[in-house]
Amino acid sequence: METRYGPRFSRRSLLLSTAALLVATSSKSTARTISGALPWEPNGGNPPVAAKFGPWEFFTVDEGRAMEALADRIIPPDPQTPGGKDSGSAVFVDRQLAGAYGSQEGHYVRPPFINGMKNQGAQSEGGPRKDYRDGLAALDKICKAREGGKAFADLTDDRKDAVLKDIEDGKLELEGIDGKSFFALAIKDVQTGFLADPIYGGNHDMAAWKMIGFPGARYNYLDWVSRHNEPYPLPPVSMVGRAEWSSNNSGAK
Amino acid sequence: MARILPKKDVVIVGLGWTGSVMANELTDEGLDVIAIERGPWRDAPTDFPPSQMQDELRYRIRHELFLRPDQLTFTLRNKLDQQALPMRDWGAFMPPNGVGGGGVHWNGEMWRFLPSDFVLKTHLTQRYGAGFLPADMTIQDWGITYDELEPYYDRFEYLCGTSGTAGNLRGQIMEGGNPFEGPRSRDYPTKAQTQPFSHTLFAKAARELGYKPFPQPSGNLSTAYTNPHGLRMGPCTYCGFCEWFGCSNYSKASPQTTILPVLVRKDNFTARDNSEVVKINTDRSGKHATGVTFVDSSGETWEQPADLVILSAFSMFNAQLMLHSGIGQPYDPKTGEGRIGRNFTHQTISSVNGFFDKSKFNFNPFIASGSIGMCIDEFNGDNFDHGPLGFVGGGYVGQVQTGARPIESALTPPGTPKWGAAWKTAIKDNYLSTVKPGTGVHGSFYAYRDIYLDLDPLYKDRFGRPLMRMTIDIKENEAKQNRYLTDKFAEIIKAMGATSLAKTYRTAPYDATTYQTTHLNGGVIMGADPKTSAVNRYLQSWDVSNLFVLGASAFPQNAGYNPTLTVGALAYWAADAIRNQYLKKPGPLVDA
Repeated sequence: METRYGPRFSRRSLLLSTAALLVATSSKSTARTISGALPWEPNGGNPPVAAKFGPWEFFTVDEGRAMEALADRIIPPDPQTPGGKDSGSAVFVDRQLAGAYGSQEGHYVRPPFINGMKNQGAQSEGGPRKDYRDGLAALDKICKAREGGKAFADLTDDRKDAVLKDIEDGKLELEGIDGKSFFALAIKDVQTGFLADPIYGGNHDMAAWKMIGFPGARYNYLDWVSRHNEPYPLPPVSMVGRAEWSSNNSGAK
Repeated sequence: MARILPKKDVVIVGLGWTGSVMANELTDEGLDVIAIERGPWRDAPTDFPPSQMQDELRYRIRHELFLRPDQLTFTLRNKLDQQALPMRDWGAFMPPNGVGGGGVHWNGEMWRFLPSDFVLKTHLTQRYGAGFLPADMTIQDWGITYDELEPYYDRFEYLCGTSGTAGNLRGQIMEGGNPFEGPRSRDYPTKAQTQPFSHTLFAKAARELGYKPFPQPSGNLSTAYTNPHGLRMGPCTYCGFCEWFGCSNYSKASPQTTILPVLVRKDNFTARDNSEVVKINTDRSGKHATGVTFVDSSGETWEQPADLVILSAFSMFNAQLMLHSGIGQPYDPKTGEGRIGRNFTHQTISSVNGFFDKSKFNFNPFIASGSIGMCIDEFNGDNFDHGPLGFVGGGYVGQVQTGARPIESALTPPGTPKWGAAWKTAIKDNYLSTVKPGTGVHGSFYAYRDIYLDLDPLYKDRFGRPLMRMTIDIKENEAKQNRYLTDKFAEIIKAMGATSLAKTYRTAPYDATTYQTTHLNGGVIMGADPKTSAVNRYLQSWDVSNLFVLGASAFPQNAGYNPTLTVGALAYWAADAIRNQYLKKPGPLVDA
């Protein structure tokens, strides 16, 4: 059997590095004949691909500004917990769109695309990349037309909320895209980034998990399963560890 | 042109639970067995390490361990006159792929069906009269009884190390177990799992309302266990990443933990992964299978000849391969004739989320196993009088919450805005004090004349073959059943002390976009009559006697329980029939 030495995965290296960390490799897409022994390989797993720090990968600068502003209204900052922007939700959405989610990898994308009933599931040819490209542009366009030439990101928070509420309620239509569906998609993706593991670019420093009380990527609660109604005592941990696990604390803000 | 491989005694299509059980049984018999699996080989320590499995985005939201729709999907419509459209991404269910099949990422619920479930048509007709059933309902008896299947239920339970509390031991009702279950010949292999706070609170409230709660039988083990093959499993750690995820801890029963390490070492067993069987080949008579044709990951086509063909893919793919192979007459809903695709069913699922006062309740909801839970069975099957209610069927209800992975479990009480500061505050205030049972109402789904599977006339797969078309809806009987059960369930959640409830009924139309379970059944159903079933009581094709079709495709209709234990028991039952009857005298085991 073919031997493969995959990339090594350690929480520390993920935490400290700012470069491309991991490339998903899959030796498993090739048909094999297996007999006599379990086909184990050194580092045979398929570790997660971490979001990289750095510039936008999918969004343009204008789209990125709009997305960050949108993320901060979907999840506004408060004194205890950062909002969607500072916790990285816009970065999360950008990296997801640049990757498999954006390209609809694994989805059935064969034609014909026929509009059906809602309960038959989405039948969109363009997928989320087109939804965001069209949606963010249309959002800025309607704001400029109605709000004295200002892009969405330049409005006051109250005006941003008013525009979004009107879109949500179907009172304000976006050009060339179903505004209500686009906003629902943005809500879902921004909140997903807020609550997912920080390895994907959102939920920075596990802000959301600290806020709600989720202990994260732990895997043994045997000592707590019978301790009913007692707060779990340990802080959260992510797949990239915790800032204080790093010897020099330089890897996380 | 297909390249022809050396002939084997047995070819097995799909190496999930049933394929693994059958391969192990038939290699024990000395036969030379090859299993051909569509997806990759997967193993617990390499593919599900604890450093990366606790990843809700990757495994739950993006479905990494599952079949990808671009490889194969389905089209869906609710009614005969509608245009079916493809499921471009998964929603209502998530079919498995790869070695271990659904056994990799299932929750491990280990339910036996009720004795009356196996003789459903006879039982309901005797109790309520034939006129009580809806005119278009096509339920039927299984052709096998609970008592016949009991030894095989027992075998699969001991294979898996199942943790539970017996409710009926050889006819004696046992305190703390399910008093409605059929008699079991011996106790569970391991004691029930320890229950977290909200599950315990549900049991207390149910008991005070007069019900008899019991722990859900679990394939996540309460304690260390060595199974009959000598394979060792460890106690579950309640990590809360079981459903949708693989278990690296050898705590969840799966082919990987209970069969494969023994099977793969046998000289007379071979597996091929990443190879999709596209056809069961038959000789000129059409009555004898000669093997299968499969396509590997490089696109090369191979033919694997064999004396015996075991079809053990996921239920709907069994039906699809039968249709693609031209074996058995396709079902026609207009005439009611034909058998392949007939009596396709799902599960009738709903839930009630309970929101509690955070100053009094901290559930630590992230502490759970896949099949943790306290349940009641008062409203399952025909355990209650349906006469005044105007529907048939039922299900268990219970607090079966499998964890609180935050993307799906940061819930807000009804009326909360979906975004903004109010949303943020609400998830903060409710995460630790919300009860989210998931599939808390787990109802039956009976069969109907116009709910079935056939080949789609428009959409094709990557090989240019027609996709499988599902025609499925929620009928009035199931909607009534669900409403009744959901209301009963909500009363218990309320009695736990919830300050507000979010109650959702299952209603028509059948919705492809919200997850319901992956308990899809029927299409190649078993029975006593070759006119109304595709396989006989031993899961042997009525048309091709050296072809056996395993899995939930054999269910004539679905009961109010998770299917896997019955699927596993039927695999052992069929294996026994092959070993002790078929191999001695190959040919039909039941005269048509």
